[in-house]
Amino acid sequence: MADASIIPAAVTGMFDLLSPFGPGWGANLLRGLVRSLQIAFGAFGMGLIIGTFGAYAKLYGGPIARDLAAIYTTLVRAIPELVMIILLYYAGTDLINRVLEGMGYQRVDISGLAAGIVVLGFVQGAYATEVLRGAIKAIPQGEVEAARAYGMSPILMMRRITLPAMLPHALPGLANLWLISTKDTALLAVVGFSELTLETRQAAGTTKAYMTFYLAAGALYLFITLFSNVILEFVEKRARRGMPSVKEAR
Amino acid sequence: MMATEAVAVSTDPLQPAVTEQAEAIHVSNLHKRFGALEVLKGVSLTARDGDVVALIGGSGSGKSTFLRCINFLENPTSGVIRINGEEIKMISDGHGGQYPANRRQIERIRSRLGMVFQNFNLWQHMTLIQNVIEVPVHVLGMRRDEAMAIGEQLLERVGLSAKRDVYPAYMSGGQQQRGAIARALAIQPRVMLFDEPTSALDPELVGEVLKVIGDLAKEGRTMLLVTHEMKFAREVASHVMYLHNGIVEEEGTPDELFGSPKSERLKQFIRTVS
Repeated sequence: MADASIIPAAVTGMFDLLSPFGPGWGANLLRGLVRSLQIAFGAFGMGLIIGTFGAYAKLYGGPIARDLAAIYTTLVRAIPELVMIILLYYAGTDLINRVLEGMGYQRVDISGLAAGIVVLGFVQGAYATEVLRGAIKAIPQGEVEAARAYGMSPILMMRRITLPAMLPHALPGLANLWLISTKDTALLAVVGFSELTLETRQAAGTTKAYMTFYLAAGALYLFITLFSNVILEFVEKRARRGMPSVKEAR
Repeated sequence: MMATEAVAVSTDPLQPAVTEQAEAIHVSNLHKRFGALEVLKGVSLTARDGDVVALIGGSGSGKSTFLRCINFLENPTSGVIRINGEEIKMISDGHGGQYPANRRQIERIRSRLGMVFQNFNLWQHMTLIQNVIEVPVHVLGMRRDEAMAIGEQLLERVGLSAKRDVYPAYMSGGQQQRGAIARALAIQPRVMLFDEPTSALDPELVGEVLKVIGDLAKEGRTMLLVTHEMKFAREVASHVMYLHNGIVEEEGTPDELFGSPKSERLKQFIRTVS
Protein backbone atom coordinates (compact mmCIF):
# COMPACT_ATOMS: atom_id res chain seq x y z
CA MET A 1 0.00 0.00 0.00
CA ALA A 2 2.82 2.32 0.87
CA ASP A 3 4.46 1.72 -2.49
CA ALA A 4 1.29 2.43 -4.36
CA SER A 5 0.78 5.78 -2.69
CA ILE A 6 4.25 7.09 -3.66
CA ILE A 7 3.68 7.09 -7.40
CA PRO A 8 0.40 8.98 -7.41
CA ALA A 9 1.97 11.51 -5.04
CA ALA A 10 4.89 12.01 -7.44
CA VAL A 11 2.59 12.27 -10.42
CA THR A 12 0.26 14.74 -8.77
CA GLY A 13 3.32 16.70 -7.66
CA MET A 14 4.49 16.81 -11.29
CA PHE A 15 1.16 18.08 -12.49
CA ASP A 16 1.11 20.68 -9.71
CA LEU A 17 4.49 21.94 -10.87
CA LEU A 18 3.40 22.06 -14.52
CA SER A 19 0.01 23.61 -13.82
CA PRO A 20 -0.51 26.88 -15.63
CA PHE A 21 -2.26 28.28 -12.54
CA GLY A 22 -1.12 29.41 -9.10
CA PRO A 23 2.23 28.16 -7.94
CA GLY A 24 2.68 25.96 -11.05
CA TRP A 25 5.26 26.93 -13.72
CA GLY A 26 3.17 25.91 -16.74
CA ALA A 27 2.32 29.48 -17.67
CA ASN A 28 6.04 30.38 -17.81
CA LEU A 29 6.74 27.44 -20.09
CA LEU A 30 3.85 28.31 -22.39
CA ARG A 31 4.99 31.92 -22.52
CA GLY A 32 8.45 30.70 -23.50
CA LEU A 33 6.90 28.47 -26.15
CA VAL A 34 4.99 31.38 -27.67
CA ARG A 35 8.17 33.52 -27.73
CA SER A 36 10.12 30.68 -29.31
CA LEU A 37 7.47 30.29 -32.01
CA GLN A 38 7.41 34.03 -32.68
CA ILE A 39 11.15 34.03 -33.20
CA ALA A 40 11.08 30.88 -35.30
CA PHE A 41 8.38 32.30 -37.57
CA GLY A 42 10.08 35.66 -37.89
CA ALA A 43 13.51 34.21 -38.52
CA PHE A 44 12.22 31.67 -41.04
CA GLY A 45 10.28 34.37 -42.91
CA MET A 46 13.22 36.72 -42.94
CA GLY A 47 15.46 33.85 -44.05
CA LEU A 48 13.10 33.15 -46.96
CA ILE A 49 13.22 36.76 -48.10
CA ILE A 50 17.01 36.97 -47.82
CA GLY A 51 17.30 33.56 -49.43
CA THR A 52 15.18 34.56 -52.43
CA PHE A 53 17.32 37.63 -53.04
CA GLY A 54 20.49 35.63 -52.39
CA ALA A 55 19.52 32.87 -54.81
CA TYR A 56 18.58 35.34 -57.56
CA ALA A 57 21.81 37.26 -56.95
CA LYS A 58 23.87 34.09 -57.22
CA LEU A 59 22.07 32.83 -60.33
CA TYR A 60 21.33 35.97 -62.31
CA GLY A 61 23.20 38.81 -60.59
CA GLY A 62 26.12 40.78 -61.90
CA PRO A 63 29.66 40.10 -60.65
CA ILE A 64 29.29 42.32 -57.56
CA ALA A 65 25.94 40.87 -56.46
CA ARG A 66 27.26 37.36 -57.02
CA ASP A 67 30.40 37.97 -54.97
CA LEU A 68 28.49 39.61 -52.12
CA ALA A 69 26.10 36.66 -51.98
CA ALA A 70 29.01 34.22 -52.02
CA ILE A 71 30.80 36.01 -49.17
CA TYR A 72 27.59 36.10 -47.14
CA THR A 73 26.75 32.41 -47.51
CA THR A 74 30.35 31.33 -46.96
CA LEU A 75 30.88 33.37 -43.80
CA VAL A 76 27.54 32.60 -42.19
CA ARG A 77 27.83 28.91 -42.87
CA ALA A 78 31.45 28.81 -41.70
CA ILE A 79 30.92 30.38 -38.27
CA PRO A 80 29.22 28.36 -35.50
CA GLU A 81 25.69 29.62 -34.96
CA LEU A 82 26.25 30.19 -31.27
CA VAL A 83 29.19 32.47 -32.04
CA MET A 84 27.14 34.26 -34.71
CA ILE A 85 24.33 34.84 -32.26
CA ILE A 86 26.54 36.22 -29.51
CA LEU A 87 28.47 38.33 -32.01
CA LEU A 88 25.46 39.77 -33.79
CA TYR A 89 23.40 40.20 -30.64
CA TYR A 90 25.95 42.15 -28.60
CA ALA A 91 28.03 43.67 -31.38
CA GLY A 92 24.95 44.38 -33.50
CA THR A 93 23.01 46.25 -30.80
CA ASP A 94 26.19 48.06 -29.77
CA LEU A 95 26.83 49.10 -33.35
CA ILE A 96 23.30 50.41 -33.81
CA ASN A 97 23.55 52.45 -30.61
CA ARG A 98 26.93 53.90 -31.56
CA VAL A 99 25.54 54.91 -34.93
CA LEU A 100 22.52 56.49 -33.23
CA GLU A 101 24.69 58.33 -30.75
CA GLY A 102 27.00 59.43 -33.53
CA MET A 103 24.02 60.94 -35.31
CA GLY A 104 22.97 62.64 -32.10
CA TYR A 105 20.07 60.39 -31.15
CA GLN A 106 19.35 58.67 -27.85
CA ARG A 107 20.47 55.11 -27.27
CA VAL A 108 17.62 52.66 -27.74
CA ASP A 109 16.81 49.41 -26.03
CA ILE A 110 16.52 46.88 -28.80
CA SER A 111 13.84 44.33 -27.96
CA GLY A 112 15.07 40.81 -27.49
CA LEU A 113 12.38 39.58 -29.84
CA ALA A 114 13.42 41.83 -32.73
CA ALA A 115 17.11 41.14 -32.18
CA GLY A 116 16.48 37.39 -32.00
CA ILE A 117 14.51 37.41 -35.23
CA VAL A 118 17.13 39.44 -37.09
CA VAL A 119 20.04 37.37 -35.82
CA LEU A 120 18.49 33.97 -36.57
CA GLY A 121 16.96 35.27 -39.81
CA PHE A 122 20.40 36.37 -40.97
CA VAL A 123 21.73 32.87 -40.34
CA GLN A 124 18.71 31.19 -41.94
CA GLY A 125 19.04 33.40 -45.02
CA ALA A 126 22.40 31.89 -45.92
CA TYR A 127 21.08 28.35 -45.85
CA ALA A 128 17.85 29.36 -47.60
CA THR A 129 19.92 30.96 -50.38
CA GLU A 130 21.46 27.61 -51.19
CA VAL A 131 18.19 25.66 -50.89
CA LEU A 132 16.38 28.06 -53.22
CA ARG A 133 19.28 28.29 -55.66
CA GLY A 134 19.25 24.52 -56.05
CA ALA A 135 15.47 24.48 -56.45
CA ILE A 136 15.49 27.18 -59.14
CA LYS A 137 18.17 25.26 -61.02
CA ALA A 138 15.93 22.19 -60.95
CA ILE A 139 13.17 23.92 -62.95
CA PRO A 140 13.06 22.59 -66.52
CA GLN A 141 14.65 25.37 -68.60
CA GLY A 142 11.99 25.01 -71.26
CA GLU A 143 9.34 26.37 -68.91
CA VAL A 144 11.42 29.46 -68.22
CA GLU A 145 12.08 29.84 -71.93
CA ALA A 146 8.35 29.60 -72.70
CA ALA A 147 7.70 32.38 -70.18
CA ARG A 148 10.29 34.58 -71.91
CA ALA A 149 8.96 33.69 -75.35
CA TYR A 150 5.50 34.89 -74.36
CA GLY A 151 6.71 38.30 -73.23
CA MET A 152 6.67 37.92 -69.46
CA SER A 153 8.68 40.55 -67.61
CA PRO A 154 11.29 39.27 -65.12
CA ILE A 155 9.09 40.08 -62.12
CA LEU A 156 5.99 38.47 -63.62
CA MET A 157 8.00 35.40 -64.58
CA MET A 158 9.33 35.11 -61.03
CA ARG A 159 5.85 35.41 -59.54
CA ARG A 160 3.92 33.22 -61.97
CA ILE A 161 6.46 30.65 -63.17
CA THR A 162 9.80 30.45 -61.35
CA LEU A 163 8.67 30.57 -57.72
CA PRO A 164 5.72 28.16 -58.04
CA ALA A 165 7.76 25.82 -60.25
CA MET A 166 10.72 25.68 -57.86
CA LEU A 167 8.61 25.24 -54.72
CA PRO A 168 8.27 21.44 -54.89
CA HIS A 169 12.05 21.17 -55.25
CA ALA A 170 12.66 23.59 -52.38
CA LEU A 171 10.17 22.27 -49.85
CA PRO A 172 12.14 19.37 -48.35
CA GLY A 173 15.08 21.72 -47.76
CA LEU A 174 12.84 24.51 -46.47
CA ALA A 175 11.09 22.10 -44.11
CA ASN A 176 14.50 21.28 -42.64
CA LEU A 177 15.23 24.95 -42.22
CA TRP A 178 11.92 25.55 -40.46
CA LEU A 179 12.53 22.74 -37.97
CA ILE A 180 16.08 23.94 -37.37
CA SER A 181 14.74 27.43 -36.85
CA THR A 182 12.33 26.24 -34.13
CA LYS A 183 15.19 24.63 -32.25
CA ASP A 184 17.76 27.36 -32.85
CA THR A 185 15.57 29.65 -30.79
CA ALA A 186 17.00 27.76 -27.80
CA LEU A 187 20.40 29.28 -28.58
CA LEU A 188 18.99 32.68 -27.68
CA ALA A 189 18.95 31.53 -24.06
CA VAL A 190 22.65 32.43 -23.94
CA VAL A 191 21.87 36.08 -24.54
CA GLY A 192 19.21 36.06 -21.84
CA PHE A 193 16.12 35.99 -24.03
CA SER A 194 13.28 34.24 -22.19
CA GLU A 195 12.29 31.66 -24.72
CA LEU A 196 11.23 28.11 -23.92
CA THR A 197 14.66 26.78 -22.94
CA LEU A 198 15.55 29.64 -20.60
CA GLU A 199 12.11 29.55 -18.97
CA THR A 200 12.57 25.83 -18.47
CA ARG A 201 15.98 26.28 -16.90
CA GLN A 202 14.63 28.87 -14.49
CA ALA A 203 11.66 26.71 -13.49
CA ALA A 204 13.86 23.66 -13.06
CA GLY A 205 16.53 25.54 -11.14
CA THR A 206 14.02 27.04 -8.75
CA THR A 207 12.05 23.87 -8.03
CA LYS A 208 14.92 21.39 -8.49
CA ALA A 209 12.48 19.30 -10.57
CA TYR A 210 14.89 19.06 -13.49
CA MET A 211 13.50 15.88 -14.97
CA THR A 212 9.94 17.15 -14.96
CA PHE A 213 10.64 20.45 -16.63
CA TYR A 214 13.15 19.31 -19.22
CA LEU A 215 10.88 16.43 -20.20
CA ALA A 216 8.00 18.88 -20.51
CA ALA A 217 10.11 21.21 -22.67
CA GLY A 218 11.19 18.27 -24.80
CA ALA A 219 7.55 17.30 -25.25
CA LEU A 220 6.69 20.85 -26.33
CA TYR A 221 9.50 20.89 -28.93
CA LEU A 222 8.33 17.49 -30.15
CA PHE A 223 4.80 18.79 -30.40
CA ILE A 224 5.97 21.71 -32.57
CA THR A 225 7.73 19.29 -34.89
CA LEU A 226 4.81 16.90 -35.17
CA PHE A 227 2.39 19.72 -35.85
CA SER A 228 4.81 21.23 -38.42
CA ASN A 229 5.04 17.90 -40.19
CA VAL A 230 1.29 17.83 -40.72
CA ILE A 231 1.31 21.34 -42.19
CA LEU A 232 4.41 20.72 -44.30
CA GLU A 233 2.98 17.54 -45.74
CA PHE A 234 -0.12 19.44 -46.79
CA VAL A 235 1.91 22.26 -48.33
CA GLU A 236 4.15 19.85 -50.21
CA LYS A 237 1.17 17.96 -51.57
CA ARG A 238 -0.26 21.23 -52.83
CA ALA A 239 3.06 22.38 -54.35
CA ARG A 240 3.53 19.05 -56.10
CA ARG A 241 0.15 19.23 -57.81
CA GLY A 242 0.71 18.36 -61.43
CA MET A 243 3.70 16.17 -60.64
CA PRO A 244 3.14 12.43 -60.77
CA SER A 245 4.10 10.67 -57.56
CA VAL A 246 7.62 9.33 -57.43
CA LYS A 247 6.28 5.82 -56.85
CA GLU A 248 4.43 5.86 -60.17
CA ALA A 249 7.62 6.71 -62.02
CA ARG A 250 9.56 3.86 -60.45
CA MET B 1 5.05 36.06 -102.64
CA MET B 2 8.36 36.56 -100.90
CA ALA B 3 9.57 40.04 -101.59
CA THR B 4 13.08 40.66 -100.40
CA GLU B 5 12.95 44.40 -100.94
CA ALA B 6 11.50 46.54 -98.21
CA VAL B 7 7.91 47.50 -98.93
CA ALA B 8 6.24 50.41 -97.22
CA VAL B 9 3.35 48.92 -95.30
CA SER B 10 0.40 50.84 -94.01
CA THR B 11 -0.17 50.02 -90.37
CA ASP B 12 -3.49 51.82 -90.39
CA PRO B 13 -6.11 49.10 -89.95
CA LEU B 14 -8.72 51.27 -91.71
CA GLN B 15 -6.71 51.19 -94.91
CA PRO B 16 -6.78 47.67 -96.27
CA ALA B 17 -3.75 46.54 -98.20
CA VAL B 18 -4.58 47.07 -101.84
CA THR B 19 -2.40 44.69 -103.75
CA GLU B 20 -0.19 42.80 -101.36
CA GLN B 21 -0.78 41.46 -97.89
CA ALA B 22 0.82 43.41 -95.07
CA GLU B 23 4.31 42.47 -94.00
CA ALA B 24 4.30 40.49 -90.74
CA ILE B 25 7.97 39.64 -90.33
CA HIS B 26 10.93 41.05 -92.13
CA VAL B 27 14.46 39.84 -91.46
CA SER B 28 17.46 40.99 -93.39
CA ASN B 29 21.03 39.82 -93.37
CA LEU B 30 20.82 38.08 -90.00
CA HIS B 31 24.07 36.85 -88.47
CA LYS B 32 24.47 34.85 -85.31
CA ARG B 33 27.73 33.84 -83.75
CA PHE B 34 28.28 31.60 -80.72
CA GLY B 35 31.87 32.37 -79.79
CA ALA B 36 33.99 31.40 -82.75
CA LEU B 37 31.17 29.47 -84.41
CA GLU B 38 29.09 31.42 -86.89
CA VAL B 39 25.72 29.68 -87.03
CA LEU B 40 23.90 32.14 -89.29
CA LYS B 41 25.77 33.91 -92.06
CA GLY B 42 23.32 36.41 -93.43
CA VAL B 43 19.80 35.03 -93.67
CA SER B 44 16.91 37.16 -94.93
CA LEU B 45 13.19 36.54 -95.01
CA THR B 46 9.95 38.42 -95.45
CA ALA B 47 6.67 36.87 -94.42
CA ARG B 48 3.38 38.55 -95.27
CA ASP B 49 0.05 37.88 -93.67
CA GLY B 50 -1.15 34.43 -94.62
CA ASP B 51 2.28 33.13 -95.60
CA VAL B 52 3.37 29.74 -94.36
CA VAL B 53 7.15 29.61 -94.53
CA ALA B 54 8.79 26.26 -93.94
CA LEU B 55 12.43 26.18 -92.90
CA ILE B 56 14.14 22.92 -93.70
CA GLY B 57 17.71 21.76 -93.45
CA GLY B 58 19.97 19.29 -91.75
CA SER B 59 20.97 19.26 -88.12
CA GLY B 60 23.22 22.22 -87.37
CA SER B 61 22.05 24.16 -90.42
CA GLY B 62 20.90 27.05 -88.20
CA LYS B 63 17.16 26.81 -88.86
CA SER B 64 16.13 26.61 -85.19
CA THR B 65 18.58 29.37 -84.24
CA PHE B 66 17.08 31.55 -86.95
CA LEU B 67 13.58 31.02 -85.56
CA ARG B 68 14.76 31.73 -82.01
CA CYS B 69 16.41 34.97 -83.14
CA ILE B 70 13.06 36.24 -84.41
CA ASN B 71 11.62 36.50 -80.89
CA PHE B 72 15.02 37.19 -79.37
CA LEU B 73 15.36 34.01 -77.37
CA GLU B 74 18.78 34.32 -79.00
CA ASN B 75 20.25 37.75 -79.64
CA PRO B 76 21.29 38.05 -83.27
CA THR B 77 24.89 39.21 -83.69
CA SER B 78 23.87 41.58 -86.48
CA GLY B 79 21.03 42.14 -88.90
CA VAL B 80 17.68 43.89 -88.97
CA ILE B 81 14.44 42.39 -87.67
CA ARG B 82 11.09 44.08 -88.21
CA ILE B 83 7.91 42.66 -86.77
CA ASN B 84 4.50 44.19 -87.51
CA GLY B 85 6.44 46.90 -89.31
CA GLU B 86 8.27 47.78 -86.10
CA GLU B 87 12.05 47.55 -86.15
CA ILE B 88 13.68 46.17 -83.02
CA LYS B 89 16.24 48.58 -81.68
CA MET B 90 19.55 47.04 -80.76
CA ILE B 91 22.57 48.29 -78.82
CA SER B 92 26.13 47.14 -79.37
CA ASP B 93 27.57 45.21 -76.44
CA GLY B 94 31.09 46.37 -77.28
CA HIS B 95 32.28 42.84 -78.08
CA GLY B 96 30.99 42.62 -81.63
CA GLY B 97 27.52 41.55 -80.57
CA GLN B 98 24.35 43.41 -79.73
CA TYR B 99 21.37 43.16 -77.46
CA PRO B 100 17.87 44.68 -77.48
CA ALA B 101 17.83 48.32 -76.43
CA ASN B 102 14.40 48.18 -74.86
CA ARG B 103 13.21 45.20 -72.85
CA ARG B 104 9.61 46.35 -73.02
CA GLN B 105 9.66 46.50 -76.79
CA ILE B 106 10.88 42.91 -76.88
CA GLU B 107 8.23 41.82 -74.38
CA ARG B 108 5.50 43.54 -76.39
CA ILE B 109 6.66 41.92 -79.62
CA ARG B 110 7.04 38.50 -78.04
CA SER B 111 3.49 38.67 -76.76
CA ARG B 112 2.31 38.85 -80.40
CA LEU B 113 4.33 35.85 -81.56
CA GLY B 114 2.93 32.46 -80.61
CA MET B 115 5.84 30.10 -80.16
CA VAL B 116 5.43 26.32 -80.15
CA PHE B 117 8.46 24.40 -78.91
CA GLN B 118 9.88 21.01 -79.73
CA ASN B 119 9.47 19.90 -76.10
CA PHE B 120 6.06 21.60 -75.61
CA ASN B 121 7.28 23.52 -72.52
CA LEU B 122 3.85 23.72 -70.92
CA TRP B 123 4.00 25.02 -67.36
CA GLN B 124 3.81 21.92 -65.22
CA HIS B 125 2.25 23.52 -62.15
CA MET B 126 -0.79 24.68 -64.10
CA THR B 127 -3.67 22.74 -65.56
CA LEU B 128 -4.16 22.85 -69.31
CA ILE B 129 -6.74 25.65 -69.22
CA GLN B 130 -4.56 27.63 -66.80
CA ASN B 131 -1.66 27.29 -69.25
CA VAL B 132 -3.87 28.59 -72.05
CA ILE B 133 -5.20 31.65 -70.21
CA GLU B 134 -1.93 32.53 -68.43
CA VAL B 135 -0.49 34.88 -71.05
CA PRO B 136 -3.79 36.53 -72.08
CA VAL B 137 -4.62 37.31 -68.43
CA HIS B 138 -1.22 38.15 -66.97
CA VAL B 139 0.69 39.57 -69.93
CA LEU B 140 -2.01 40.98 -72.19
CA GLY B 141 -4.32 42.08 -69.38
CA MET B 142 -7.43 40.33 -70.66
CA ARG B 143 -10.33 39.76 -68.27
CA ARG B 144 -10.23 36.30 -66.76
CA ASP B 145 -13.74 35.22 -67.79
CA GLU B 146 -13.14 36.45 -71.32
CA ALA B 147 -9.82 34.57 -71.54
CA MET B 148 -11.55 31.50 -70.11
CA ALA B 149 -14.25 31.57 -72.82
CA ILE B 150 -11.65 31.92 -75.58
CA GLY B 151 -9.45 29.27 -73.97
CA GLU B 152 -12.29 26.77 -73.86
CA GLN B 153 -13.08 27.35 -77.53
CA LEU B 154 -9.41 26.80 -78.41
CA LEU B 155 -9.23 23.59 -76.42
CA GLU B 156 -12.28 22.36 -78.26
CA ARG B 157 -10.58 23.20 -81.56
CA VAL B 158 -7.52 21.15 -80.75
CA GLY B 159 -9.72 18.36 -79.38
CA LEU B 160 -8.73 18.67 -75.73
CA SER B 161 -11.90 19.90 -74.00
CA ALA B 162 -11.89 16.78 -71.84
CA LYS B 163 -8.35 17.56 -70.63
CA ARG B 164 -9.24 21.08 -69.50
CA ASP B 165 -8.36 20.54 -65.83
CA VAL B 166 -5.59 18.00 -66.32
CA TYR B 167 -1.95 18.77 -65.53
CA PRO B 168 0.50 18.41 -68.46
CA ALA B 169 2.40 15.56 -66.80
CA TYR B 170 -0.70 13.40 -67.15
CA MET B 171 -1.09 13.99 -70.89
CA SER B 172 0.54 12.28 -73.88
CA GLY B 173 3.14 14.14 -75.93
CA GLY B 174 0.67 14.73 -78.73
CA GLN B 175 -1.90 16.11 -76.32
CA GLN B 176 0.67 18.37 -74.70
CA GLN B 177 1.75 19.73 -78.07
CA ARG B 178 -1.84 20.37 -79.13
CA GLY B 179 -2.30 22.12 -75.78
CA ALA B 180 0.81 24.20 -76.47
CA ILE B 181 -0.69 25.18 -79.83
CA ALA B 182 -3.86 26.29 -78.02
CA ARG B 183 -1.69 28.34 -75.65
CA ALA B 184 -0.04 30.01 -78.66
CA LEU B 185 -3.41 30.69 -80.33
CA ALA B 186 -4.79 32.23 -77.13
CA ILE B 187 -2.63 35.32 -77.53
CA GLN B 188 -4.18 35.91 -80.98
CA PRO B 189 -0.71 35.90 -82.50
CA ARG B 190 0.24 37.88 -85.55
CA VAL B 191 2.62 35.08 -86.46
CA MET B 192 3.02 31.57 -85.12
CA LEU B 193 6.51 30.16 -84.76
CA PHE B 194 6.86 26.38 -84.76
CA ASP B 195 10.24 25.00 -83.69
CA GLU B 196 10.26 21.36 -84.82
CA PRO B 197 6.85 20.73 -83.24
CA THR B 198 6.77 16.99 -83.93
CA SER B 199 10.40 16.01 -83.40
CA ALA B 200 9.95 14.92 -79.79
CA LEU B 201 6.80 12.91 -80.43
CA ASP B 202 6.31 9.19 -80.75
CA PRO B 203 5.61 8.38 -84.41
CA GLU B 204 1.97 7.47 -83.80
CA LEU B 205 1.33 10.89 -82.22
CA VAL B 206 2.80 13.00 -85.03
CA GLY B 207 -0.33 12.85 -87.17
CA GLU B 208 -2.69 14.47 -84.66
CA VAL B 209 -0.35 17.44 -84.21
CA LEU B 210 0.30 17.90 -87.94
CA LYS B 211 -3.45 17.86 -88.56
CA VAL B 212 -3.95 20.78 -86.16
CA ILE B 213 -1.08 22.75 -87.73
CA GLY B 214 -2.35 21.96 -91.22
CA ASP B 215 -5.82 23.26 -90.33
CA LEU B 216 -4.28 26.50 -89.08
CA ALA B 217 -2.36 26.89 -92.33
CA LYS B 218 -5.55 26.34 -94.32
CA GLU B 219 -7.39 29.09 -92.49
CA GLY B 220 -4.70 31.55 -93.52
CA ARG B 221 -2.63 31.86 -90.34
CA THR B 222 0.79 33.34 -90.83
CA MET B 223 3.46 30.96 -89.67
CA LEU B 224 7.10 30.06 -89.71
CA LEU B 225 7.67 26.36 -89.38
CA VAL B 226 10.96 24.64 -88.71
CA THR B 227 10.35 21.02 -89.54
CA HIS B 228 11.75 17.67 -90.57
CA GLU B 229 8.42 16.56 -92.00
CA MET B 230 9.11 17.11 -95.72
CA LYS B 231 5.81 15.76 -96.96
CA PHE B 232 3.96 18.03 -94.57
CA ALA B 233 6.08 21.06 -95.51
CA ARG B 234 5.29 20.44 -99.15
CA GLU B 235 1.55 20.26 -98.40
CA VAL B 236 1.10 23.30 -96.19
CA ALA B 237 3.91 25.73 -96.99
CA SER B 238 3.57 28.63 -99.38
CA HIS B 239 7.31 29.13 -99.37
CA VAL B 240 10.18 26.84 -98.44
CA MET B 241 13.70 27.80 -97.42
CA TYR B 242 16.49 25.27 -97.36
CA LEU B 243 19.25 26.24 -94.96
CA HIS B 244 22.71 24.76 -95.06
CA ASN B 245 25.62 25.87 -92.87
CA GLY B 246 23.93 29.11 -91.91
CA ILE B 247 22.97 30.37 -95.35
CA VAL B 248 19.87 29.96 -97.50
CA GLU B 249 21.07 27.47 -100.04
CA GLU B 250 17.83 27.47 -102.00
CA GLU B 251 14.30 28.84 -101.60
CA GLY B 252 11.08 28.95 -103.52
CA THR B 253 7.64 27.40 -103.70
CA PRO B 254 7.31 23.84 -102.39
CA ASP B 255 6.89 22.51 -105.91
CA GLU B 256 10.07 24.23 -107.08
CA LEU B 257 12.14 23.01 -104.16
CA PHE B 258 10.84 19.50 -103.83
CA GLY B 259 9.90 19.00 -107.50
CA SER B 260 13.02 20.31 -109.17
CA PRO B 261 15.74 21.08 -106.65
CA LYS B 262 18.67 22.87 -108.25
CA SER B 263 21.53 22.51 -105.80
CA GLU B 264 23.25 19.19 -105.39
CA ARG B 265 23.07 19.50 -101.58
CA LEU B 266 19.30 19.95 -101.56
CA LYS B 267 18.86 17.00 -103.90
CA GLN B 268 20.91 14.89 -101.56
CA PHE B 269 19.07 16.22 -98.50
CA ILE B 270 15.68 15.38 -99.99
CA ARG B 271 16.91 11.89 -100.85
CA THR B 272 18.15 11.22 -97.34
CA VAL B 273 15.08 12.47 -95.46
CA SER B 274 12.36 11.03 -97.67
